Amino acid sequence: MDRVPVLKLGDILIVSIQIDLQDQSVLALQEDLANKVVETGARGVIIDITAVEIVDSFIGRMLATIAAISRMLDAETVVVGMRPAVAITLVELGLSLGGVRTALNLEKGVALLNHIDGSEIATAAR
Amino acid sequence: MSVSADAGRHRIETLLATHEDQIFRRWLEIAGASSSGHVDRGNLNGQLRELYNALVRSFGDSGDPDGSSELRGLLAELSRNRARQGFTPTETATVVFGLKEAIYESVGDDGSSEALQGFLWFSRLVDDLGLFTMETYSATREKIILDQAEQLLELSTPVVKLWEGIVAVPLVGTLDSARTQVVMEKLLQTLVDTGSEHAVIDITGVPAVDTQVAQHLLKTVVAARLMGAECVISGIRPQIAHTIVTLGIEFGDIVTKATLADALAHALRESGVEIVRNRGSRVALRTVEE
Repeated sequence: MDRVPVLKLGDILIVSIQIDLQDQSVLALQEDLANKVVETGARGVIIDITAVEIVDSFIGRMLATIAAISRMLDAETVVVGMRPAVAITLVELGLSLGGVRTALNLEKGVALLNHIDGSEIATAAR
Repeated sequence: MSVSADAGRHRIETLLATHEDQIFRRWLEIAGASSSGHVDRGNLNGQLRELYNALVRSFGDSGDPDGSSELRGLLAELSRNRARQGFTPTETATVVFGLKEAIYESVGDDGSSEALQGFLWFSRLVDDLGLFTMETYSATREKIILDQAEQLLELSTPVVKLWEGIVAVPLVGTLDSARTQVVMEKLLQTLVDTGSEHAVIDITGVPAVDTQVAQHLLKTVVAARLMGAECVISGIRPQIAHTIVTLGIEFGDIVTKATLADALAHALRESGVEIVRNRGSRVALRTVEE
């Protein structure tokens, strides 16, 4: 079974999905990610799906579940690099990934997380 | 019976050969009258002459399929041209069916029972050719319609860049599923290619918005949102706003603006660009540091 690596960059965790996801790998990924968030105290998780060409409802649910788990552990999830065809498919499937933030690419995803963090600090300081 | 049918057939063939001038002139008259004003006489004369000769040749040896296929080839060309030039179906069909009437007069002059028998056979043959003509005619028409639909799809979906990070799609014409699909894909691809986070869908040129069109628009907005871009729908005319509310369509938290200018201002504000009017009448833009 292929395991998806979880990379740490500052206080952000990056997961880049480059393989065809099997159900087992998805479950393992959720587990690894939860452990890693607790271990590192990360405040943000970025899931890069640039290389994902085919999605089904299972993958859609996986993204929502990961976001929910991360939020429980006080980390924001951003899904980046979704292809147009994938976005259309998810809409046709009726999955709008409520509660998941999205960005066009990795760079904008990191910027988004920094922005959220900055605004939270600003609110706290007020 | 079969002997008599064969005899009738020979009689017609003889008539076509011997009364060629009379039959042909009458045919030209009928065909010319039906499509007057569309085609010049000389051209029609040439076409019909070729057809007539091919018809006579096709009788020469009925076992030989070449004669008949030559005739059908000529007919197909004639009906294709007529479909392209905008002739009506009647005008096209009358060219073929006119031959029946033309030969009927010669048959009447002849008066023999073989000739009448032969006319029945000949009439069936012309009916066949007429049907073939109409089939080619409508096939050509359908091809023209298909080509035009494709061209419409190609020209109808430009995605324009309004500002760094802001793109717009001015939609013109009626939206159906196929067109929306093309627009959607093109817009989303442009978002990826240019890294734009804001998109404006302008529906000023869309004549009517019904539930289906609204559904398509909503899908596009949600798909863009999934990719990490925000969509604004602009160009909603008063009567369209009225229709949307009457139909009970919910746009939810999607931003809608009356004009493209409002939408651009909104997108600029969202992306941190501030518009300031200077002392003169000049308008200055500056990007707010975040």
